[in-house]
Amino acid sequence: MTEKPQSDKPEIRYVNLYEPEAKIYTRKISGFYQRLRRYSGIPLVALFALLPWISIDGRPAVWLDMAHEKFHFLSITFWPQDLMLLAWLFIIAAYALFTVSTVFGRVWCGFTCPQTIWTLIFIVIEDFCEGDRNKRIKLDKQIWNAEKIARKSAKHFLWIAVSVLTGITFVGYFVPAPELVSGLLPHVTADGNWGIGLGGWPIFFVLLCTGMTYLNAGWMREQVCKYMCPYSRFQAAMYDKDTIYVQYDAARGEQRGPRKPNEDYKAKGLGDCTDCSWCVQVCPVNIDIRNGTQWECINCGLCVDACDSVMDKMDYPRGLIRFTSETQLTTGKYRIIRPKTIGYAVAMLIMVVAFSYRLSVREPLGVDVVRDRSAHLFRLDGDDIQNVYTVKINNMDQQEHTFIVDVKGEYPFRIINSRKVHVKSGEVYSLPVRIAVPKEQLKGEENKITISATSVETGLTAAEESTFMGPSHD
Amino acid sequence: MTTFWSLWIIILTSTCIVLVTWVLFANRKAAVQPGSDPDDKTTGHVYDGIVEYNNPLPRWWFVMFVISIIFAVVYLVLYPGMGSWKGTLGWTSVNQLQNDQDEGKAAYASSYDVYKNMAIPELAQNDEAMKMGFRLFANNCSVCHGADGGGNYGFPNLTDADWLHGGNPEKILETITRGRIAAMPAWGPVLGEEKVLQAAEYVLKISGNEFDAALAEQGAKVFAENCVVCHGQDAKGQYATGAPNLTDKTWLYEGTRENIRQTIRNGRNNQMPAQEQTLLPEKIHLLAAYVYSLSHTNAK
Repeated sequence: MTEKPQSDKPEIRYVNLYEPEAKIYTRKISGFYQRLRRYSGIPLVALFALLPWISIDGRPAVWLDMAHEKFHFLSITFWPQDLMLLAWLFIIAAYALFTVSTVFGRVWCGFTCPQTIWTLIFIVIEDFCEGDRNKRIKLDKQIWNAEKIARKSAKHFLWIAVSVLTGITFVGYFVPAPELVSGLLPHVTADGNWGIGLGGWPIFFVLLCTGMTYLNAGWMREQVCKYMCPYSRFQAAMYDKDTIYVQYDAARGEQRGPRKPNEDYKAKGLGDCTDCSWCVQVCPVNIDIRNGTQWECINCGLCVDACDSVMDKMDYPRGLIRFTSETQLTTGKYRIIRPKTIGYAVAMLIMVVAFSYRLSVREPLGVDVVRDRSAHLFRLDGDDIQNVYTVKINNMDQQEHTFIVDVKGEYPFRIINSRKVHVKSGEVYSLPVRIAVPKEQLKGEENKITISATSVETGLTAAEESTFMGPSHD
Repeated sequence: MTTFWSLWIIILTSTCIVLVTWVLFANRKAAVQPGSDPDDKTTGHVYDGIVEYNNPLPRWWFVMFVISIIFAVVYLVLYPGMGSWKGTLGWTSVNQLQNDQDEGKAAYASSYDVYKNMAIPELAQNDEAMKMGFRLFANNCSVCHGADGGGNYGFPNLTDADWLHGGNPEKILETITRGRIAAMPAWGPVLGEEKVLQAAEYVLKISGNEFDAALAEQGAKVFAENCVVCHGQDAKGQYATGAPNLTDKTWLYEGTRENIRQTIRNGRNNQMPAQEQTLLPEKIHLLAAYVYSLSHTNAK
């Protein structure tokens, strides 16, 4: 950060406003929170990896089909017009994140965030190839010999392998996974050359996701949390005096300092902290928790594990660094039920109930009516006034339906070219409809009509209002 | 673009790039107050007694700025942007559109190829082909004929069995490709108003409407002398001239007494525009099949 004074003007000193981030070498640690992280991470990764391979009704269980603008989720198919539901789903998810952050701090960051989990996977690989913290520091400092090359290339090879699998899996949510994987395998094509059966875009996105995984989990790591992620900043704003997060019990720990075993350290005026610096060495964001709460902290609890293991060795009680709230730290009291959490819980409940209700009453049928705008009205031989409409029947149900189209309004409207239409599942059927009304009976120039489509099989029905234009009467 | 505006843009853009680059590089370091503590982590800036802490941006962030500047320079060389500079790639929005349209044509060509050689009556029974036909009709024909092809005042109904120029597949194809012009001459100046009224009454009679018997009797003579050339002895019209059948209830301009008189007195001019200039033959083929299906099948 600081540079040596320049020779001619010794009194001026410069500081760098940009600086290379120091590489973080995390020490391997085991303990309760590391186990918790592993056992929450493994099912999540397994879910992520396996979900694209599960099929329901002959299609992937979760399939974000961009080409056909449909999101298949288990047995429900979402159409573009269900965008509001998707928006509400995200709002509820964000709100849940805030609720959890208010109570337990940034546990999402520390335990479940993909960035954290993939970083953990990459660190496990790093540890496997290069050894623990001290060995890695040494390896990075030493000259490039055969061993260093072998260890480094093994690490990057495994990193890239994991990245490729991640990339393929991720794209597997957009392109059905079996199709994607068979499309990626080289085979002899019709013209006799070697090739792969996949278009440019899926390959581009597989490569992009692979590259991003490698870059984020291998190289960027905590930089993403510190400088790119908006959620980490949001969550920090949710903290209050009763939020539980990793804290150092300064009253118990200070005065920190080294001591000999079985020494009466309290007589020397020392606290429980042995100043072993393990809590700093295990930290994935390289902070010293003993300096107090810091914005970089992802609440992962690794320093708690590190400190507890030292406390065990020293035969001191655990919890010098622990998950606790500011109030609890000073008064020993903790309340989980407080006005703020009740408010969050109630709001959460209302949103979830409203969302579930909306989802349950969702009709898998859409009717859209487009009036012919070319002519004010239609008039052929006879006593009728006619208007022409294109009725778009969108069958979002899982099975085929036969629909009858009907019209209702103030006057005796009737459909001239009425017929039944078969609409396949997922099809949008355009049916031109000519609606007539006797000239003498039509009084208004602009008349409201309601055009409906009703399934013959199930009675599933949807309607849309439109306007019937008549001659002007002035 | 005039030279002035071209220069205006070039000078503004390049000045901005140079300025931004200068700001970026000039702010890599900050001088600290003389005599300050070397372990002090502030920048040395003091505002109203508030000291600015130095929390340096990561180096990769700085590098991203540099990459952005390089990108901007490369972009401005390759693409138009610097005033009237055309860019070395020769990109224009017009040829971009042309490329996209060509791609679209190539992408959809195969879907038309399937139907290109199928006979029109056979095609009219093909559900998938008729769905394409419907969309072609909606885009090109529905403005006049209505989305259902049912027609309007002056625009023929395509869903019935009555045809002006013939309703077999070849004739429909010809009508769409080449267009049709049909003219009913104005007979008012030739015949005089009296004979116009007589002829109108005769037409009302043969089409099964209420009529004045005396006038219609005179009208029959007028008709035989003047109208049979196009409408035929039996008044059933003929496809060659596009003269309509006058003995049925189908009317292009409504079959009221006043409208029929108007038609005879002032004549009618009608035109179906030729589509061969705007639509590919395989699209017209599909359209013809769709129009054919309107009057030949119930399920399209």
